[in-house]
Amino acid sequence: MVPVLLLLIPLFSGLALFAVKNENSVKTLALLSSIVTLAVALYGMTCANGSEYLIVNKEWLPALNSRFHMEIDGMGKVLTLLTALSFPIVFAATSGNRYEDSNRFYALMLLTQAGLMGVFMAMDALLFYFFWELALIPVYFLCSHWGGERRIQVTFKFFVYTFVGSLLMLTALIYLYFHAGQNFDIKAFYNIKLTSSKDALMFWLMFVAFAIKMPLVPFHTWQPDTYEQSPTAVTMILSGVMVKMGVFGVIRWVAPVLPISFYQYGDTITWMAIIGMIYASLVAMQQDDLKRLVAYSSIAHIGLMVVALFATTKSGMQGVMIQMFNHGINIIGMWIVVNAIEQKFGTRKMSQLGGIAQKAPGLAILLVIVAFANIALPLTNAFIGEFMMFNGVFASTVTSFNVAFTVCAALTIILAAVYTLKMLQKVLFGETSAVTAQTTDISFSVKVSLVIIVGAILLFGVYPKPMLGVTNELVDVLLSKMTLTMGK
Amino acid sequence: MNAIIISAILGVVMMYSGVLTKNTSAIRNVAIVGLIVLLGLNMAEGCGYQLFHINTKGMMSFEKYGLLFNSIAFASTLIYFLLSGRDVEKVGVYVAEYFALIFFILCGVAIVTSFNSLLLLFIGIEIISIPLYILTGADKRNLKSNEASLKYFLMGSFSTGIMLMGITLIFGATGSFMLKGIAPLVTGAADAPLNVWLVSGLLLLFISMAFKVSAAPFHFWTPDVYDGAPSVFTSFMATIVKAAIFVAFLRLFDGAYGEMKGAWQSIISITILLTLFIGNITAVFQQSVKRMLAYSSIAQAGFMLFALFGFNDFAKEGIILYAAAYSLATIGIFAILIKMKDYTFEGYNGLGKSQPVLAATNTIFLLSLAGIPLTAGFFAKYYMLAAAIKNGTQFWLVIFAVLCAAVSVYYYFRVIQSMYFKTGNAETATITPAFKYVLIVLAGIVILLGVFPQLLLNQMYF
Repeated sequence: MVPVLLLLIPLFSGLALFAVKNENSVKTLALLSSIVTLAVALYGMTCANGSEYLIVNKEWLPALNSRFHMEIDGMGKVLTLLTALSFPIVFAATSGNRYEDSNRFYALMLLTQAGLMGVFMAMDALLFYFFWELALIPVYFLCSHWGGERRIQVTFKFFVYTFVGSLLMLTALIYLYFHAGQNFDIKAFYNIKLTSSKDALMFWLMFVAFAIKMPLVPFHTWQPDTYEQSPTAVTMILSGVMVKMGVFGVIRWVAPVLPISFYQYGDTITWMAIIGMIYASLVAMQQDDLKRLVAYSSIAHIGLMVVALFATTKSGMQGVMIQMFNHGINIIGMWIVVNAIEQKFGTRKMSQLGGIAQKAPGLAILLVIVAFANIALPLTNAFIGEFMMFNGVFASTVTSFNVAFTVCAALTIILAAVYTLKMLQKVLFGETSAVTAQTTDISFSVKVSLVIIVGAILLFGVYPKPMLGVTNELVDVLLSKMTLTMGK
Repeated sequence: MNAIIISAILGVVMMYSGVLTKNTSAIRNVAIVGLIVLLGLNMAEGCGYQLFHINTKGMMSFEKYGLLFNSIAFASTLIYFLLSGRDVEKVGVYVAEYFALIFFILCGVAIVTSFNSLLLLFIGIEIISIPLYILTGADKRNLKSNEASLKYFLMGSFSTGIMLMGITLIFGATGSFMLKGIAPLVTGAADAPLNVWLVSGLLLLFISMAFKVSAAPFHFWTPDVYDGAPSVFTSFMATIVKAAIFVAFLRLFDGAYGEMKGAWQSIISITILLTLFIGNITAVFQQSVKRMLAYSSIAQAGFMLFALFGFNDFAKEGIILYAAAYSLATIGIFAILIKMKDYTFEGYNGLGKSQPVLAATNTIFLLSLAGIPLTAGFFAKYYMLAAAIKNGTQFWLVIFAVLCAAVSVYYYFRVIQSMYFKTGNAETATITPAFKYVLIVLAGIVILLGVFPQLLLNQMYF
């Protein structure tokens, strides 16, 4: 029941919005629809794992043995909640932005939400692929139509990148389908046994698709450009929710299905991720444009999740799951601030900003808390996630480099502190510049959305139990599946 | 049998209707009604209702599969008439004759989906080809149309000659024109020392069929002919005719190549490789949407060839789905193209603003050709890939194919970019509301097949 609602509410309200003409009613309806979705997702959180409310299993393509099988498990709960929570926040925070053809903009946003929900709930490989692609199409139109100056080329690059990855994944999924007895269900996928060379080939075909989405260096080149050129509301969704599709995909469709290659190539990928983290952090330090800074910082954060994921420990994996949620919330907070600054001052260049703290104290306080969460200081939600991840990497038994990995990855926390604090210093403090001299505090709706985010940051920073509770069981199941296969 | 005889009769009826009236819309209505009758009778035959009982002495057989394809071809033609019928009238003064020729082509289509004898394959192919030569040159005051027609005729004649040569050699080696008579000998020949005549005959037959479906390296006629022919006839020959010849190819391959199919795989995979590569890469560099569609049709043929490569249940179902998905989408794109004043990509600039319905439906058709989920094109490509992967050999070819599919996104999306994201003043001919409704229905079918492909595929069995 819940999965169907989570899918259909945004889908139908999105389609309906195409017909609405008045800009204000479009905004209200979009916000309303996303709040209803949020309410449903919150209800889903309260259901016990495996409850019949969370499962839909209907016939879809009998000839292909593919079913409309959707289920919200522990990780699904976390990510559907993230998806459901981020849209109303994004809508509220950007309600001051004006778009040409606003009905289409909001309609496409809601269609994106439907696609994302589908990805996080699908338990059938073909259905998963369906939504994986579908989430991309509205984003393509959103970025190409409402983006910045270079939007068409940049979005197209993004689209082709991810499309190549998806198609490679599709070939792997079809191959696995035939080896699972012509069945697309995830349970059938768990029983697949391949020769080691084929196992490795399938692993890489799927991993590349997910790595492009995350993005993992060296597949990241689409990301800073796209984040910069997209309209900020879309950037929030892209970086807050969409990149999680990559990490999510590895956890759900690679780790338990192809564990042998997962172990075998874990070290290689971890080194790739670590190099990427350090590289992205160093690049972030050089940025003057706020959007690009946040974009590179996001690459570094996602890199850490990959490192923790391939450590294959309980603490690490659970850390990744809750960090997906936390990072989504935090980065949306960052974008809201960036958007507020851009709307107010007409620039994102840090060199032209300064002294905002005196003029807009409300914004300053909220920005500082979000920025602290970005560095994962204690009391913020990211601390819990990152601590668990580091703990997991350090205790990892599948790699002999665990200490080296921990040290190198921890280095990026310091680097994150460097660029984040530098950003705070340049934007908030110092002399007011020409553009910031005459300013007032941020608008009410932006304040509300930032307060919600800061509330979530602090809440999950001191009381992470609900998140840990829902993911606990799933992590055990996943890990036992992976070790079982190793034993065979 | 119903389809063959009725379509031939309808062709004659159309010729006489041109004598009786000069009113072009009356002629068009006759054609539409005739086509509906044809479609209905063909479907009726699927339910066992035969109008004619003619002893073909085993030279033809009418199975569900061929009849289903006929229905798809006739239904696509019906949509094509509804969308572009008025544009047929604009090509020249012999409107009734154009419709008559199209009915004769449909007769050929019905023959090549049911032949059992190589002679009938030859006759069917010729019945399809000769009217096409004429239609290509229909715009007789246009030099390009004339050039295309002549080129098509000369090249087509060569390939027909090659086909006849192949059939002759096969007959010499086996003493039979019937697929059933050839297959056991081909199978036997797999172990015995190579029968040179038989193998060369099969090879020549393969080449001529590859020519007809414009597979590389026999594709050189395609861009010029498709570009030079009047757009409304390009639409017809790039879709329905091409799909029909593919079905014939599959039928021939199934019947005559016997157990030797495995030995042909390397040849087919090279053909696929070349076709996909040349079609996709060349399409990228085109400036005219019409010419881009010509190359895209080569590229799509590369995907359809996977049906021959895989040759299993997925391939047989897939080619039906592919034929429908590809024909419907391409007919829609061409119908819109014909309405454009300027055929270049720039000509589409700003269409999203001036003609939202056209732009939206065109986007759905383009997404279908690119193989994006939720459109029929996705499952079409899916079935082809699955057929190849199930086959189990040469996985690299599948990876190559999907990379080519990614390239194809470039030129399909260029149209979308022009329509929506570039400012311009796309000029179109007057668009009637009926035209828009048919486009919307067509887009609806494309999406419906993209969610429930079994709506079509189940017809094969029930």
